[in-house]
Amino acid sequence: MFKNWTVLAVPVISVLLGLLAGALIMLVSGNNPTAGYMALWNGAFGDSFYTGETLRQMTPYVFAGLAVAFAFRTGLFNIGVEGQLLVGWLASVWVGLAFELPKIIHLPLAILAGAAAGAAWGFIPGFLKARLRVHEVIVTIMMNYTALHITNHFIRDVISDGADATDPVRETASLQSAFLQSITDFSSLHNGIYLAVIAAIIMWFMLEKTTLGYELRAVGYNQHASEYAGMNVNRNIVLSMVISGAFAGIGGAMQGLGTFGNMFINSGFSGIGFDGIAVALLGGNTAIGVVLAALLFGALKVGSLNMPIESGVPNELVEIVIALIIFFVASSYMITWLLGRLKKKEAK
Amino acid sequence: MDYVIEMLGIRKEFNGFVANDDITLQLAKGEIHALLGENGAGKSTLMNVLFGLYQPEAGRIRVNGQDVQITDPNKANNLGIGMVHQHFMLVDTFTVTENIVLGNEPKKFGTVNMKEAEQKVRELSGQYGLSVDPTAKIADISVGMQQRVEILKTLYRGAEILIFDEPTAVLTPQEIKELIQIMRALIKEGKSIILITHKLKEIMEVCDRVTVIRKGKGIGTVDVSNTNPNHLASLMVGRDVTFTTEKADATPAHNVLEVRDLSVNDSRGVQAVRHLNLDVRAGEIVGICGVDGNGQTELIEAITGLRKTSGGSISLNGKDITGLKPRKVTEAGVAHIPQDRHKHGLVLDYPIGTNIVLQTYYQKPFSKAGIMNYKEVYKKASTLIKEFDVRTPSETTLARALSGGNQQKAIIGREVDRNPDLLIAAQPTRGLDVGAIEFIHRRLIEQRDSGKAVLLLSFELDEIINVSDRIAVIYEGNIVAVVDPKTTTEQELGLLMAGSKKGADEHV
Repeated sequence: MFKNWTVLAVPVISVLLGLLAGALIMLVSGNNPTAGYMALWNGAFGDSFYTGETLRQMTPYVFAGLAVAFAFRTGLFNIGVEGQLLVGWLASVWVGLAFELPKIIHLPLAILAGAAAGAAWGFIPGFLKARLRVHEVIVTIMMNYTALHITNHFIRDVISDGADATDPVRETASLQSAFLQSITDFSSLHNGIYLAVIAAIIMWFMLEKTTLGYELRAVGYNQHASEYAGMNVNRNIVLSMVISGAFAGIGGAMQGLGTFGNMFINSGFSGIGFDGIAVALLGGNTAIGVVLAALLFGALKVGSLNMPIESGVPNELVEIVIALIIFFVASSYMITWLLGRLKKKEAK
Repeated sequence: MDYVIEMLGIRKEFNGFVANDDITLQLAKGEIHALLGENGAGKSTLMNVLFGLYQPEAGRIRVNGQDVQITDPNKANNLGIGMVHQHFMLVDTFTVTENIVLGNEPKKFGTVNMKEAEQKVRELSGQYGLSVDPTAKIADISVGMQQRVEILKTLYRGAEILIFDEPTAVLTPQEIKELIQIMRALIKEGKSIILITHKLKEIMEVCDRVTVIRKGKGIGTVDVSNTNPNHLASLMVGRDVTFTTEKADATPAHNVLEVRDLSVNDSRGVQAVRHLNLDVRAGEIVGICGVDGNGQTELIEAITGLRKTSGGSISLNGKDITGLKPRKVTEAGVAHIPQDRHKHGLVLDYPIGTNIVLQTYYQKPFSKAGIMNYKEVYKKASTLIKEFDVRTPSETTLARALSGGNQQKAIIGREVDRNPDLLIAAQPTRGLDVGAIEFIHRRLIEQRDSGKAVLLLSFELDEIINVSDRIAVIYEGNIVAVVDPKTTTEQELGLLMAGSKKGADEHV
């Protein structure tokens, strides 16, 4: 019982400490923290438009977080979510442009194309690790850059003729929802949010309920025992990276088919893949945790845009708060130690 | 009596858990005093208190009749207390002398005066008959020699009282004999020794008095001349213990395992098993005995499919299983109690219940159409937990939280329950106390009696002699002799293990 409680306590306390530290920084820099955080709240949940924007921002974070968490639970560090997301984005947009199909086929096909591209991008580091013991962190980091430049090349020279962005995807491949827009005062919220929730349920089910999940987690915890027990460790490494990459790839499809409706030349990384690492960490690498952490990140990112307008606090402050939250989660040992001390004092 | 060390009424707690409760230990000058207790009884805690690593909550420590506060290991050193650790604390790439002076170097104009140090080490070594070469590299000398370096380290620092922590665990029988001689030489030179152990035979052979602790409580101190191993064991465990495992004669039938001309390379690519032949028949226990590192591990890994073979064949019930994947070997009817239960035997972060199906999780009823049926898994687990007396709060407790003995019982339950034709038990009782050892030996013999073939690997000669029906001695990757446990002696086995061939080589 106590253990479950601390599992929840660490992220919650980390968030509170991060916000507290942010307030101190605002005070020191001559701003009003109450006004700053009010503006943040209003900018994230103040009215239905902002809530819609927050949920829209949350969608790719859920996928990126699930991708990192899935790999992590099976003993792998997938730092390549950013790249897998980019190739998934491109593949979904391409399919969304290239085919003329009824929506019931076209949309799933475009999403699957995103998943497949992300999976392929995850397969390479998985294969290299399984076969040649090349560390996945190195390979996935490098593959982020290849993804960035390859997708840019495809957008400029293959899909379009020297343009900076692709055409919008066909209506039959679009995730946009008139209904969701109408109830959120015409925010950019799209159907992807449903998929994000479904994906979280799938990840939970896959890890906790399936035979594959039993095996993947066993390999993640102890490769030697898994090998002794007759599991195919190398196959599981590859499979885990492929599934992780597929989550990331669908995250990219959310951008391509939902948020933006196209893909454009990226001069740098979108950052969503890297934020996914933070989301997974904050969410304790569990499905429900990832959803909650993604919601928080979405709210912080969207809400921060309102801070300079309403309170004059620069929105970079939110980046500091996010960094501090991550810092506190990463130093969770400190928090559990403090909790232990408090508990002891109470007992006395 | 003159006591050099007195630990009176020592109490040590860790977060409410009492590791030492009112323990008294008095070490007389010039005696070898055993500290006896099961695993987790609190022996190490008590010695760490004496060595200054822990501060006791209650009790006094007196050295040579003076009350002292030992706040850190340096203080212990200054009081003449030295510890010979079970896991050696040596730098492999340094010489013997460099290791001995480490942290206490004789200096000359800001440089280490290695000549002087070497001279002193040589003198000490001669004085106590240790015959250690001061200039040899640690990596190049045997485990027994490394232990002597640890002893020299304490003597170099002027230790009068030496604590030996399970010193014989890593030694061959010959080395144990030599160690006992060294300990006697130390006593002759006026030193006093505390010997931490759970091996009763050693206590009977070398100690003067023995202090027994059980579950953190001091049970008392007895003179070795007034006691016997059975009495000591019952003091240690708290109930009567039988040593010689009762068993009927084996009635071996057909060959279950046939290993022919097997060669296996170790991880560095060096040939570890060389053209080895071995048979294990249904209804018998074959014990493999040898000094660690003579190819035992590689042999077992090859049989179980964890390691590639480089030549020869392995067959089970006449079916060739050479080169099969571990799962296929398991399905063919091999069960394996692995040497390192933490590394290979268990997924420590899984509940003990799901560890029970580590090899069978994909089969019905545990898995159907790719979905786990955890209800069935835990049902199976709770049956085995009861049957094999695994003490755990529940089947959902993490394997990590169980004691070594209970982890091992769970593994044995899992392996035996699959009803294998061949059971490989690699050091099944390593680090366990007498109660658990007794249980495990009984289970192995039960398997044999129900017509299974059992291959036992152990570094404990007692265990090998007690449990096996035949003993195969392995030396440098080859079975050099097969002997009858009823007629052999530890001396004979020790010689064979050290590679001295018997006149007529009885081959398998």
